[in-house]
Amino acid sequence: MNENYNISASPHIRDKATSSNLMLMVLIALLPATIFGIYNFRHENAWLLVVVTTAVAVLSEYIYQKLMHKPVTIKDFSAAVTGLLLALNLPPTLPLWMGALGSIFAVIVVKQLFGGLGQNFMNPALAARCFLLISFTGRMTYFVYDGVTGATPLANLKAGETVDTMTMLLGNIRGTIGETSVLAIMIGAMFLLLMGVIDLRIPGTYIVTFVVFITIFGGHGFDAQYITAHLCGGGLMLGAWFMATDYVTSPITFRGQIVYGVCLGLLTGLFRLFGGSAEGVSYAIIISNLLVPLIEKVTLPKPFGKGGEK
Amino acid sequence: MNKYTERLYNGLVKENPTFVLMLGMCPTLAVTTSAVNGIGMGLSTTAVLVLSNLLISMLRKIIPDSVRMPAFIVVVASFVTIVQFLMEGFVPSLYDSLGIYIPLIVVNCIILGRAESYASKYPVLPSIFDGIGMGLGFTVGLMAIGIVRELVGSGKVFNVQLLPSSYEPITIFILAPGAFFVLAVLTALQNKVRNRAAKRGIPMPEATGCGAGCETCGMKEKE
Repeated sequence: MNENYNISASPHIRDKATSSNLMLMVLIALLPATIFGIYNFRHENAWLLVVVTTAVAVLSEYIYQKLMHKPVTIKDFSAAVTGLLLALNLPPTLPLWMGALGSIFAVIVVKQLFGGLGQNFMNPALAARCFLLISFTGRMTYFVYDGVTGATPLANLKAGETVDTMTMLLGNIRGTIGETSVLAIMIGAMFLLLMGVIDLRIPGTYIVTFVVFITIFGGHGFDAQYITAHLCGGGLMLGAWFMATDYVTSPITFRGQIVYGVCLGLLTGLFRLFGGSAEGVSYAIIISNLLVPLIEKVTLPKPFGKGGEK
Repeated sequence: MNKYTERLYNGLVKENPTFVLMLGMCPTLAVTTSAVNGIGMGLSTTAVLVLSNLLISMLRKIIPDSVRMPAFIVVVASFVTIVQFLMEGFVPSLYDSLGIYIPLIVVNCIILGRAESYASKYPVLPSIFDGIGMGLGFTVGLMAIGIVRELVGSGKVFNVQLLPSSYEPITIFILAPGAFFVLAVLTALQNKVRNRAAKRGIPMPEATGCGAGCETCGMKEKE
């Protein structure tokens, strides 16, 4: 196992980055989106769902590790991040027990059964979201804003209606708790970028590929308003900055990250334009997660002196 | 325990095709959306298994070794065709819900596996009991998976509403991913029981995977 960490020759840099530090920074970066979501859906009591989902995620990690006589790792905040990310991916009206069930699924089935942090083969929060989406399709696509039920702007866009990109940027729209405000997400993403937790490679290639795909196949050509609406709608921003960049489920090689970003962009565009539902970010990310071992295998850098012409 | 009950015990518990040998996974995962489907699939496989074991055991000294595979397939396929027509005639609703998986019984590894590793080496009566044991083991496995999936995925068992109507079914369990979840959890549970039994000193010999034991196999010399 240990040799997997040695991806380059010495000298190595010592760094203060630990799992718990990184996870804490991700938590801080998620705060703007969380606070905005709770405020935005205050009539739907979104805070309750956020608290329950996060608490259950941490609790199920604790209980599982106690029962299995393993070291308890809830202090590294990874379960809290999983729970919070899941909550941000749920519609505010979802019954609390469904959120809790999603958390249990994310932490126990997707993460712990595969060996805990660092061993999960797909993003636990997104896997749980897809689990809930398949199980409770009606509940998971029931969106309310200010007490009024309706379609999300992305669904309107797919139906060929016009949408107001300014409110989509600010986030006063229907959607899941954390995805509505692009502004709040970007504040968090900027923080992560400045702290060096994530870099632009994956989100950058993801967004650029997606824009190119939409321009070619969207049927509107290079229509800035249409493209902005697609970028601000749905979970694209939340997914690109916070979930596609998950260390465990994204490639570690430089070229691999580019390939991964391109895959994400293509799949998201494909699902959004040609798929049955308006949104496709979560499926795009978990399918690309599954491709990561393959991507890493083909993009593994050659050690100095190896390879070349024979 | 005489050798006939030993065969039944072997098929049902010791080398249960679903949870221990992990054979016949395709129908196991695909048709167990309800308890009725599970039983239907299990019993039709059992019928084919018993009859093919019977015939192959009777013919075991006549079938030349070099063409035994085609010969087994012909025997199995004939019985599957008979079972398929009978089901179409007498239980059309079950026939419709099992669909393509009935003709696919021909290529079910349990049937070919038992023909290869048991019926082609042993007399008729033990072979029949081997077929019954393995078939019932398969049926029990499929039924268990079907019951859990139907209960969690639709709140019913054998089409009878068991959970209160306020229960919101977790639909994923009657879709393909649910089959994997339920199979894995049930296998883990039976492993747990098995391990505990082994610790208490009840002998639970390791399953060999083909059901015959390596010393009697002879596969290596043939190939």
